Amino acid sequence: MFDSPDSLTRISAAPDKAAAAHRLPLGVADADEWLKGGLRRNALHEFHAGDTGDEATVMAFALLLGTQADRERPVLWLRAGRRQKRLPYGPGLRELGLSPDRVILLQLPDLQGQLRAAADSVRHGGASAIILEMPGRAPLFNLTASRRLTLAAERSGTMVLLARSQAPLMPSSAETRWQMASAPSSPLPAQAPGGPVFDLTLLRQKGGREGLHLQLEWDREKAAFQAPLSGGHAALLPGGAQDQRRSRAA
Amino acid sequence: MLPFFPAERRISAGLAPPDTSFALIEKQRGALRIMALSPAACRLGLAPGMMLADARAQVPELLGFPHEEEADRAVLTRLALACEIYTPLVAAAQPYALLLDCTGCFDAVGMDEAQLGEDLTRRLVRHGFQARTAWAATPDAALACAVYGQDNPHDLPVEALELGAEVHQALRRSGLMVLGDLACRPSAPLAARFGTALPMRLAALLEEQDRRLTPLRSVPPVRVERRFPEPLALVDTLLKVIADLAGEAEALLAERGEGGRRFEVLLFRTDGHVAQLAVDSALPLRDPAAIADLFGERIASLADPLDPGFGYDVIRLAVSHCEALEQEQSGFTEDKRVKDTLPLLNRLAVRFGADSIRLFHPRNAHLPEYAASFMPVGAPGSGPVPGTAASGRAEAAMDTWPEPECGEPPLRPLFLFDPPQRVQVMAQVPDGPPRRFQWRGKSYRISFYEGPERIAYPWWKHPEGSGPTRDYYRVEDEQGHRFWLFRHGLYERESDHPHWYIHGQFA
Repeated sequence: MFDSPDSLTRISAAPDKAAAAHRLPLGVADADEWLKGGLRRNALHEFHAGDTGDEATVMAFALLLGTQADRERPVLWLRAGRRQKRLPYGPGLRELGLSPDRVILLQLPDLQGQLRAAADSVRHGGASAIILEMPGRAPLFNLTASRRLTLAAERSGTMVLLARSQAPLMPSSAETRWQMASAPSSPLPAQAPGGPVFDLTLLRQKGGREGLHLQLEWDREKAAFQAPLSGGHAALLPGGAQDQRRSRAA
Repeated sequence: MLPFFPAERRISAGLAPPDTSFALIEKQRGALRIMALSPAACRLGLAPGMMLADARAQVPELLGFPHEEEADRAVLTRLALACEIYTPLVAAAQPYALLLDCTGCFDAVGMDEAQLGEDLTRRLVRHGFQARTAWAATPDAALACAVYGQDNPHDLPVEALELGAEVHQALRRSGLMVLGDLACRPSAPLAARFGTALPMRLAALLEEQDRRLTPLRSVPPVRVERRFPEPLALVDTLLKVIADLAGEAEALLAERGEGGRRFEVLLFRTDGHVAQLAVDSALPLRDPAAIADLFGERIASLADPLDPGFGYDVIRLAVSHCEALEQEQSGFTEDKRVKDTLPLLNRLAVRFGADSIRLFHPRNAHLPEYAASFMPVGAPGSGPVPGTAASGRAEAAMDTWPEPECGEPPLRPLFLFDPPQRVQVMAQVPDGPPRRFQWRGKSYRISFYEGPERIAYPWWKHPEGSGPTRDYYRVEDEQGHRFWLFRHGLYERESDHPHWYIHGQFA
């Protein structure tokens, strides 16, 4: 009789612990608390670039998350379109602290092929994360398509990351949706640009609060995110009417 | 030997009425000549080679159709493919005949000579083709026996030698009517009288000299098959059978120390139709589950689905291209990642083509755009698949990625523009750093920069060619966008108005 409350707490605590293992912490305490431990590994996450110059920022963030989701397995990077002017650059990946040998690039003929390949890859579950680079409107990627990816991700435990730029915010089954931009870096001596700093706003979180705004700096040597040392501002709590409006749009 | 093949093909295709006398004609030197006849026309005493006008004089109601040799050959090839059910060595021969080399195949098929001949005839009759079969030790002898309807090559008429009407007539005049008459004579006088071709041809027909049969398709190194007493009509079961066959093939491949790069499944339908499916693997493969998966994927992606009709009675799995595959090491060194992604990559390669899967490949080059390339998986000279056992070993021999310098921010961009895009740059002094620039109709004001990093044209490699030196700047604008710009040409020394380009985008 006496141990029943205790066992109750144990039972209620158990799923939390299991859930924590399925989450990828960002490494900044405030943000991880807000996200209940981090980004869920077996779910779909959307990252939207605000500006035309931010495509690389979004993609880099997705790649960094994807390679952190699992330390060994490869990351699949899916691109659509035959001829592209902007090509991924191996030495650049290396300079970010990623191993280019862990990234497999899939160059698919069109958006439909990209979605089919994504569904296959997620269902298979052999990769640590699947990243879909999807610039523009992408009309084929609707609620059904995102729902399909979400279900497959839940089953196989593969993280699906959407790197989007100049895309309208359409309904989707994403677990979290972020607005992203690059932020001014902490300059090095002689006014040289520093390492990458990401500016993130949480537009939507399934079963959680939105509105988190934070800046993260990527530390290559520690292979972790951290709050920028100067210039930027870490995890700000949400505020005004603007955030409310944005979350409703999402 | 199919005596009435062209006519029967027309009948079975529904292009000519059955049981009527008709001829297949071709215009030769201004006259219509009969190339082939229907069985009914043959019974009326007509023969191929006659003029249509002469034949019509005998049989006024004779119909004429054009002779379509190409269509005939295509159907004959299909029949030959269907005959692979008995042996992999099948060839089509002139005139309309099929040559089957059944040496050593009787056990596998479970029939003896007579039964196999009967079975073959029955199948052909079901397609509407009459056939004459003959068995002999060499293909030439068998073909001649079938054409002339003899069992023993010694009873063949001299016409079987096919040496021209003059030689045949001369032989007949000398009283040599059948090959048996020639066989007992010394060959030297025969060669002196009738030419050297005669003894050689005679040896071939009398089963003394063998000729190699050139099969329709090359014989795959590994093949396994399953025969069903009752035809199989369900696609699900079909996949299970393929998985079973793949299991058998695995054992054979393991014995050879090889894995397959190309797998083919031949589905022999009871009505003689043969469906052929092929899949390619990026790496040598022999895991049965993976092979079956690939075929499942292939069947699912077929434009027009498989039609089992009344069912398949033989299913064959052939590994037509093998490559060495080392025995997988088990235990603590086993690399889990190999198993993890390879099946997926194979499946995507089947669906989207092998060149859609690319790997980053380092290259030791001076110019930034040549310092990395993409390689399709499995291409010659491409790196190993990430995380495979081979990657660690091969990397030492290949160019490697440069290690980033500790404490520095990324010095190379994540994306590279190909080709670099022209931008309008304002600088305080012509050979100084950029202050602001215009790109894609937007203005960027630069707050931080680092540079120049001077990258010269590699004159030590290409002494005859030359290009301007590039001064690279890593810049950051006020919003925090980071770009890689370069000035093309040194001011005043190489160019009076050097252009600026954007070459990359940082995170």
